[in-house]
This record gives sequence, structure tokens and C-alpha cells, in this order.
Amino acid sequence: MTLSAENVSWTAGGAPIVRDVTLALPEKGVLGLVGPNGSGKSSLLRLLAGLRRGTGGAVYVDGQPITRIRRAEIARRLAVVEQQATTEVALSAREVVALGRAPQRAAWSAWTERDEAAVASALERTGMMHRAAQQWSTLSGGERQRIQIARALAQEPRELLLDEPTNHLDIRHQLDLMRLLPRLGTRVVVALHDLNQAAAFCSEIAVMHEGRLIAQGAPAQVLNASLIGEVFAVDASVTCGPTGTRISFF
Amino acid sequence: MIAGTLSARGSRPVLGLGGFLLIGTAALLAAVTCGIMFGEIAVTPHEVANTLANRLLGFDLPVDPIREGIIWHYRLSRAAVAVCAGASLAICGVVLQALLRNPLAEPYLLGISAGASTGAVTVIVLSLGAGALTVSAGAFAGAALAFAFVAILAFGSGGGTDRIILAGIAGSQLFNAATSFIVTSSATAEQTRGIMFWLLGSLGGVRWPDAGLAFPVVLLALAYCLYRARALDAFAFGEDAAASLGVDVTRVRIELFALTAMLTATVVSIIGAVGFVGLVIPHAMRFLVGPSHGRLILASALAGGVFMALADVLSRLVLPGQVLPVGVITALFGAPVFGVILWRSRGAK
Repeated sequence: MTLSAENVSWTAGGAPIVRDVTLALPEKGVLGLVGPNGSGKSSLLRLLAGLRRGTGGAVYVDGQPITRIRRAEIARRLAVVEQQATTEVALSAREVVALGRAPQRAAWSAWTERDEAAVASALERTGMMHRAAQQWSTLSGGERQRIQIARALAQEPRELLLDEPTNHLDIRHQLDLMRLLPRLGTRVVVALHDLNQAAAFCSEIAVMHEGRLIAQGAPAQVLNASLIGEVFAVDASVTCGPTGTRISFF
Repeated sequence: MIAGTLSARGSRPVLGLGGFLLIGTAALLAAVTCGIMFGEIAVTPHEVANTLANRLLGFDLPVDPIREGIIWHYRLSRAAVAVCAGASLAICGVVLQALLRNPLAEPYLLGISAGASTGAVTVIVLSLGAGALTVSAGAFAGAALAFAFVAILAFGSGGGTDRIILAGIAGSQLFNAATSFIVTSSATAEQTRGIMFWLLGSLGGVRWPDAGLAFPVVLLALAYCLYRARALDAFAFGEDAAASLGVDVTRVRIELFALTAMLTATVVSIIGAVGFVGLVIPHAMRFLVGPSHGRLILASALAGGVFMALADVLSRLVLPGQVLPVGVITALFGAPVFGVILWRSRGAK
């Protein structure tokens, strides 16, 4: 039992964005959520995180409807990294990561050794310790994403949901970030644009098309030429070799 | 606890909280002392000390009864209200800036003060019961109405930082016009308090019962805001980020918006609409103690009190024989700060 969606739908302004999606997170590993723009990836992530209330169906955390769970309790086990986080508050990188401790701390309570350790470990695992004292506003796009992931890790979540975290990064930082995800030790759901990255770094792929979840499974099973043609409206050839699944577009 | 937080949160504020509280309290006492001593009739420190000893500790030291009256009933109550009002407005500024993610948010610029004025004036003119509490209730209704008006206008027009301020201008103008109209067309209100009071604020005529209202309100608000300090921190990256950090966004927003409306209403019903305190103080304090709200709220409340008490002293000293509305003094400091923030936010884009 982890995080699952059963027949979840979400309508915004009369338009159905997510339609009748049933999805269960694998016990471990990285689940890649792929699909064209507007296919409902981000909305599905928000529904899974309990940030939006579905107009139908339900999201369950360990079998309990997410709408029945207090926000603070959700935040103690499920963390979210947005596509691009912005703030006008003059925070240091470490202060941003420390925000991740908020759900673990009661009001008035002191900053504990455990908080300190969680922040340090999160900075360590994302390789951002050397940037801890730096101001958020002076970090590069890749560093900001890593700090946001570190903030999410400081929440000590069991599930980490990321919405196209590589969108604003150059290729090197994209690969750095994708390599980081399987090593984090949490279940990860990541919305992605790049099918090759999804194939290379995700243990499982879920494909969204026009608000529906149309396929879920191992990359080699799911990502075939006919599905890619149908969903993304491009001609592709897929080769499965010892180095993994490669997709070429024409 | 606080020292621990400081060491945990890398960035080093100019002052530690302990040092700040010490300096802040000293500054507060100094400002109140200034408030008591300066004015049309000068009183000596000796007379002040004797009066306080008589009134607070039950002594029977010799003081001229008229001077004792001035010190106790007029000056000290006035300084106490100034401190409470300044603290209230500064807290409002911190909360609004965090929740709206807008560096220019404060009750006066958002038109909440103007709405509170209209509400208070309406209650007075319609004589809906008498007394400070009913006027405050009217002010609260007005403040809440102005809040709703500005929120609907701002988000209806697409949201965003600039829209909120524009909506605030529209709200201010509308409610100030309504206040002026009501006051001018009604002899009753004219007799009680003039247009200038409701538009710019004044500490004239303030007495102990006003402090008796302002003090508990600001104390409760301060405690509640400190309780919500972490939630306010969590709003740094927006409402979805706050929600994913475990904040019940809708509830916290409603509670804190209601709280700012209540604080503003209390202040406005006692001293009128005084602007810019909620803008100047939080920004200055962010510079001194850093962005973490636990420290920021406490520091802003202290500094807001000091600022308002000193502004009041200045308002009595600048023109010999005349008292400026205290809002004129705060605006003289606040408007340039507004300009600086605007300038810096341009650089950030």
C-alpha cells in the first residue's frame, strides 16, 4: 500500500483535465509520467499530492482517502518539487532546505539535532552542501532545483513528486538531476518531457493522453513506436539493446 | 530555542534576536519617555518619575496635579496607544507581505485602512450604539469589506503583484471618497472627528480606555502570529508550496486576513488611517533580523511601536504651536521607502 489514485477526475472551468485515472505507485523506484503538453501530467501530480481536490474518484495514501488526512500529516510523508520555484524572500539555500522541516516541527518547538541532521543529509545527498550558505537568488537553475529536492528530502518523505524538474535546465544538469532521482531512496513520481530520459532513468513509465492514463509498465514494454505515434503524433523507432531503450524520431 | 534556529538557518542576520530584543525594549522605553516629555508644556524627568511612582507604585510624592494630569492622562496614554498602533500596523505589514507575496502590501496601501475609516464613520453617523467597541466593530466590517473588494478586483483582473496594489489604490480612493462624503454631509461626525483624522490619522484626544482596547488586541494578535510564524515562512514559494509543506492554506489565510482586518480596524477606530508603518518597519527589520517570521514578527512589533511613538513626538515638534497629523510624518518616511522597494523590485526582474 502506498499512494494510489482510483478513477480520479478533475475538471477546471468546465474542461476535463484528468479523466478517470487509476494508478498505483510501484513499491520502489522511479515512476515516469510522460505525455504531450496538456495531457494532464501536472494536474495528476497535484491531485496525487492532495494540492487539488478531484471532481471524481479519490486518491489514497496507505488506503486512506487523502482528503481525510491533515495537510501536515501528508507533508510528513509526501513531498512535492514544482517545475520552477520562485520567491522574493531573501533566503539562503540552507534556509530553503530548512523549510522542509516545517511539517515535522510543532509550533513553538525548538530546532532539534534531528532537524539539523535531516537538513545536512538532504544537502549531502543532493551534493549541495557547498552551496548551503549562498543566497537562493544567486543560485543557477540547476542548483535551485537541487535545493528544492533537498528541501523535499528534508521532509523525510516516502514519496517524492516532481513536476518536470528538468524543464529549465541545460542537458548536463538535466542528466545530473535524473541520475540523482533513483539514488534518493524514496519512491519517486516524475513528470517528464524527454522520452529517452524517461526510458533511461525510470523503472516504470505511465503515459498520459488527453487526460487519461493509457499505459503503465516497464519502459521497454510501454514505449513502443505505435504508442508514441498515437500519443505524441510523431514517427519514432524504438530499439531495445543492452544499454537500454533508445527512441529515435523522424 | 531561538539561538538554535539561528545557528540552524545559515544566513547571519545583522543582530541576534536576544540583542535585538534588548535594544528594542530600550528603544521602546526611550521613545515612550520622549513621548511623555516633549510637547507644548515641557515636563522634567523628575516630574515624570514622581508621577509614575505615584500612579503605578502607590507613592505619594509631590507633583503639581496639573502636570501629573498631563503626564498620566494625556502624554502616557497617548504614547501607549502610539506603541500599540505602530506594533499592530507593523504586524499587519509582515503578515500581508508574506501571504500575498507582495513586498508592497500593507493595510493603508491596500485600502483596508480606508475601508475601516468608512466603516467607523458610518457607525458614528448612523449612531449605531455608542462607545469604542461599536466604532471598532464598524471599522472591522469596513476593513473586511475593503479587503473583499480589493481581493475580488485584484484576482478578477488576473492577479499578480501589481494588480493587488492597483486594486488597493482603487479601494483607497473609493472608501476615502465615501468617508469624506459621509463626514462632510453629517454634522455629527464633523463634531466628533474631522475628515483629516479619518484620512491621515491623529493621536490627539487619545485616552486610557483607548489603550485598554489597543493593548490586548495587539498582544493577542502578536501571540497568534508567532504561533503561525512557520506557516508564514512556508509561503515563501507560494501557496502550493506552502500546502505541500503541510500548511492548511485556506484556513491560515482566512484566519490571518481576518486578524489583519481586526488589527487595522482597532487602530483606525482609535487613531484614524495612518499609512506606511506596515511598509517601512517590516522591510527595515528583514534587513536587521532576517526573513524568518518568528524573529521578524517580534522585531517588527517592537520597532513599529518605537517608530509610531517617535513619529508622534515629531508631529508635535515640527511646527511650533501646531500638531501635524501623525500620518503625515509616517508618510514622509514611508513614501521614499515605497520608492526604494519599487526600484529594487525592478532590478530583480
